[in-house]
Amino acid sequence: MSRSVALAVVLITLGLAADMTAAAAERVGIGHAISPQDFAAWDIDVRGDGAGLPPGQGSVTQGREIFSQTCAACHGDKGEGRAVPGAVGGFDRLVGGFGTLDTASPTLTVGSYWPYATTLFDYVRRAMPFNAPQSLTNDQLYAVSAYVLYMNNIVPEDAVLDALTLPRVKMPNQEGFITQDPRPDVRSKP
Amino acid sequence: MVKPHAVKGTPSQQLPDRRAVLKTGAALSAFVGGASVPSLSMAQAATGLSLTVPEWMKVQGRGILSPPYGVPSPFEKDVVRRQREVRVTDTAATSFSPLQNSFGTITPNGLCFERHHAGVPSIDPDRHRLVIHGLVERPLVLTMDELMRFPSVSRIAFLECSGNTPNWKSVNPDFGVQQTHGLLMCCEWTGVLLSTLLDEVGLGPEAKWVLAEGADAAAMTRSVPIAKALDDAMVVYGQNGERLRPEQGYPLRLLLPGYEGNMNIKWLRRLKLGDQPFETREETSKYTDLMPDGKARQFTFVMEAKSVITRPSGGQRLSGGPGFYEISGLAWSGHGRIDRVEVSTDGGQSWHEAQLQEPILSKAVVRFRAPWRWDGKSALLQSRAIDETGYVQPRHGELVDVRGVNSFYHYNAIQTWSVNPDGKVAIHVA
Repeated sequence: MSRSVALAVVLITLGLAADMTAAAAERVGIGHAISPQDFAAWDIDVRGDGAGLPPGQGSVTQGREIFSQTCAACHGDKGEGRAVPGAVGGFDRLVGGFGTLDTASPTLTVGSYWPYATTLFDYVRRAMPFNAPQSLTNDQLYAVSAYVLYMNNIVPEDAVLDALTLPRVKMPNQEGFITQDPRPDVRSKP
Repeated sequence: MVKPHAVKGTPSQQLPDRRAVLKTGAALSAFVGGASVPSLSMAQAATGLSLTVPEWMKVQGRGILSPPYGVPSPFEKDVVRRQREVRVTDTAATSFSPLQNSFGTITPNGLCFERHHAGVPSIDPDRHRLVIHGLVERPLVLTMDELMRFPSVSRIAFLECSGNTPNWKSVNPDFGVQQTHGLLMCCEWTGVLLSTLLDEVGLGPEAKWVLAEGADAAAMTRSVPIAKALDDAMVVYGQNGERLRPEQGYPLRLLLPGYEGNMNIKWLRRLKLGDQPFETREETSKYTDLMPDGKARQFTFVMEAKSVITRPSGGQRLSGGPGFYEISGLAWSGHGRIDRVEVSTDGGQSWHEAQLQEPILSKAVVRFRAPWRWDGKSALLQSRAIDETGYVQPRHGELVDVRGVNSFYHYNAIQTWSVNPDGKVAIHVA
């Protein structure tokens, strides 16, 4: 190999190495900047403290109508759930079960177990009705949330819920959760 | 040699029929025959086969590309995922992996368990997007092509549903290991470290949690602590050498090695950084552990050390009579590496260290094996895993003494299979 060719090889190698070092140290620079308006249709989460709740409102009375049309077929007229012969589990019960969490047969419902009322809005908004998720309007979501809470005796019959009032609804089991993982809690020995 | 016997239940619940296992049995019976040099005549006697030249040696076999994407032998048709019980829908449902037929540690893509909350969406990867926003400096949207240009990594990791093993209150005598432990998979995953993506968008100082959201009809969401996101979390598009299967989140899923399955959001479309957990339905009303005092544990993410013997296991039969059998199974820990596995054949009175198959990887399934010479009497087979933190897989009594029987998730106690003198293996009903 001539001296000049060898030098060129060294330079190319050095140059390549420098490119690769730089690539590892910097941002990759791939992707597109995006603004909140661009992903508004996707930004549907509602947090425990109500952050993310949209404008709109709904009453227990409006919710009763929506529930009977779009929810009761699975969850029952009174939110009692529905067993299906031959199937395990059945459709979720939404109402009742108070005072059962420390018994042999706990009944976990929105009323007896769920710590945040906002979660009801968030979940129904993203996943219900089962056959048509993300089809309810914001007003309908507030209304049907109000009705499920009313059936659990958590809000009065004249309640109207919106972005301000829904997060203020105190759920019976709000203090029922231990948020620090206490494990390892079972100490076995070889 | 390990043959299934009939189990009650619907056809979808039944364990594989005899033929698939007989094939294995024929090969093994020569070895277990007792002679140091396997004898053909013994094999003939044991199987009733005479060694004529089979028809498949007298004609050309199938040509290449038939089919272009290979599938298992038709003789393995019973090695499939199964439903354990009929549910009210088949989209919010679960199917279980046939661990009794597993070898080694990697789960074939077509046998990985399924847990869907709203079915498997059919997603065009060209139309799929990942949005990263919230408490970040530069909110970003990425196409799949763009994501796959990022620096990539591969790792082997297990993934277990925290609802795996429903033994809290009782055991179902008809269940085999597919039904008790089949919500487990271990795959090689390829994708981008989440820390790489968070570097790209610039993490805000207040960011403590990441909301991960799927593009299914449940828009499944879970909150992930930032420490995990920056540690070993990945967004993955590759699984065992190919693109993710639709049932596993095609074209993109979150992977949180060692964390409960539900958090590994499939069909991942959005990551939102926040300063507190989002309190989604799946981290409040579900995937929380109800204790005897009526309080529930929330944010119990790590899957603690666990093991199970897959062979011999419930529904199989020691058909070769007394003699040599290899006990083989799987062990794993969400806290890191498995340090050792011990096996008992007398219901836990005495323990023997099993051999672990290399490589022993952190937060991955390890295969253990122990030789056993069965004396033809009743036996109780158990395994227990000890991980690198010193944690010992507990006995059932030790677990329920602390947590009661209503916590539903994170059951990891020792599993017992009983062997009857007739060779039948079944779940042990205490």
